[in-house]
Amino acid sequence: MDGKKSIIILLLVAVLLAFLPFGLPRFYTYITALIVTMGLLSTSLNFALGFGGIYQLHHCVFYGIGAYATAVMIAKLGYNPWLAFVAGPLVAAFFSLVIGLICIRLSKLYFGMLQISLGSLVWAIVFRWYSFTGGDDGIHGITVPEILSSPRGAYYFTMIVAGLSMYVMYRILNAPFGRTLQGIRDNAVRSQAIGVNVIRHQLAAMVIAGFFAGVAGVLFVVVDNSVFPDMLFWTLSLEITIMALLGGWFTMLGPMLGAALIVLLRTFVSTYTEYWTLAMGVLLMLVILFLPDGVLGKVFEIWNRRVSAEDRG
Amino acid sequence: MLKVTGLSKSFGGFMAVNKANLSVKKGEIVAVIGPNGAGKTTLFNLITGLLKPDEGQVMFKGEEITGLPAHKTCKKGITRSFQVVNIFSRQTIFENVRISVLSQQERTFNMVTPVKSLVIKETNEILESVGLLGKKDSVCGALSHGDQKVLEIAIALAGKPELLILDEPTAGMSPEETARCIDLIRRLSQDLGFTILFCEHDMELVFAIAHRIMVMVRGATVIQGPPEEVRCNQQVQDAYLGGSEVCSV
Repeated sequence: MDGKKSIIILLLVAVLLAFLPFGLPRFYTYITALIVTMGLLSTSLNFALGFGGIYQLHHCVFYGIGAYATAVMIAKLGYNPWLAFVAGPLVAAFFSLVIGLICIRLSKLYFGMLQISLGSLVWAIVFRWYSFTGGDDGIHGITVPEILSSPRGAYYFTMIVAGLSMYVMYRILNAPFGRTLQGIRDNAVRSQAIGVNVIRHQLAAMVIAGFFAGVAGVLFVVVDNSVFPDMLFWTLSLEITIMALLGGWFTMLGPMLGAALIVLLRTFVSTYTEYWTLAMGVLLMLVILFLPDGVLGKVFEIWNRRVSAEDRG
Repeated sequence: MLKVTGLSKSFGGFMAVNKANLSVKKGEIVAVIGPNGAGKTTLFNLITGLLKPDEGQVMFKGEEITGLPAHKTCKKGITRSFQVVNIFSRQTIFENVRISVLSQQERTFNMVTPVKSLVIKETNEILESVGLLGKKDSVCGALSHGDQKVLEIAIALAGKPELLILDEPTAGMSPEETARCIDLIRRLSQDLGFTILFCEHDMELVFAIAHRIMVMVRGATVIQGPPEEVRCNQQVQDAYLGGSEVCSV
């Protein structure tokens, strides 16, 4: 896909999103903000998983940590919300570094297993520590700055922050660091042999991914004004992995598309039947069988084929 | 420049490399030969740090580098190509070499500058020196085996090595590709002054371009010396050259 056309498409989407709160009921504003939040989370996972080849199997822990850190700072410690918004992702990045340091020497699946264990430990602490985290109730009614307290305010904040975050990740992936990371994914031994310190690069990628998961956590606090332990339960990690696979995990915007598909599916199919997961299961099977590179991966493939056909013709 | 003494490595009781000795002087082309399974590739893996030796010593430019991890060995000035093609197959030729150039320049942690604008000149120069410039935008998975092997060498060259290690550079190549590759290795040594250590099955190639040859059998060094001396060595003839070959010198 060439640069100009994709920029035009992105601009159209941006304009559409900018005017969406004026054309649609409040509920849709909320759902769209939620989709973008989940999409950002899934993109940050994909930064480590799809582009870094790191088996980040329990990524939502960092989302939860970012959200809880923000919520606790505002609701329990009385910090300035803006300060908490900045601190939340930093706390998530710090935990990412710690968990990364413990796991990084293990390979592939063992890495993922240990990460699930450590993540579940964090979840258990959050779940049990009533006085600090609100236990299984979570924390509700978190006060956010005046300007963000309306659905519309929260919506625009989410769009801007998520857009910026996506852009920063895109830039990192297209800078030497991102290319080196993808090189490590494709061939770690070769990367070592050309002098790349594989562990240090992977660790840095995990910290970046954890940071942006934390940003998504902050956005959730802004959109929903609440946090709860399910945000760092491992099933959510599975769900965001499915989003990335469904949308296309070697593409920048695939996870965002996957998030839209799954959140919409859950929201609308679940009004007809409680078995909405059945619909998702069937959809997922079809994707794995027919679109192994995800929906967006397929779109690019068709697009490129058409372009090269035009070139020949 | 490189001095290997008494290097050993065993895999679960099997001595893959058994007290091997090897020396490479600056500017030389040194070949390691030996039957299949003699431990040539393992020896190279030990030198470049992809494996840790059980015992022995590797000295490079008077400095001990025994057991140093691969990425550090590379920064010390030893880069290598692989016997089995080992490249970033999803990327283009240009991108493969560019990563290596970026790594050599310690720029892989740059998260800001778009990679498109970086090290174009350096990368092109390397591609030109190995004759791959015309194909630089091809995706590597789609290349011929011969081109992939040459790309292997290009990636290793991009690390600006003082010692270039080539693990069977012509393995699997057609006769024409082999001829081109020999020519390339000779040029790298004569025109660009690289010190080269390689291993090879093709005897003709070895005796044609190596200044000195090290013969390995069952992990151990039999002899290291100039081609004539090696050719005439009785032990080598028994073990490797088939025993029947008559010494012509």
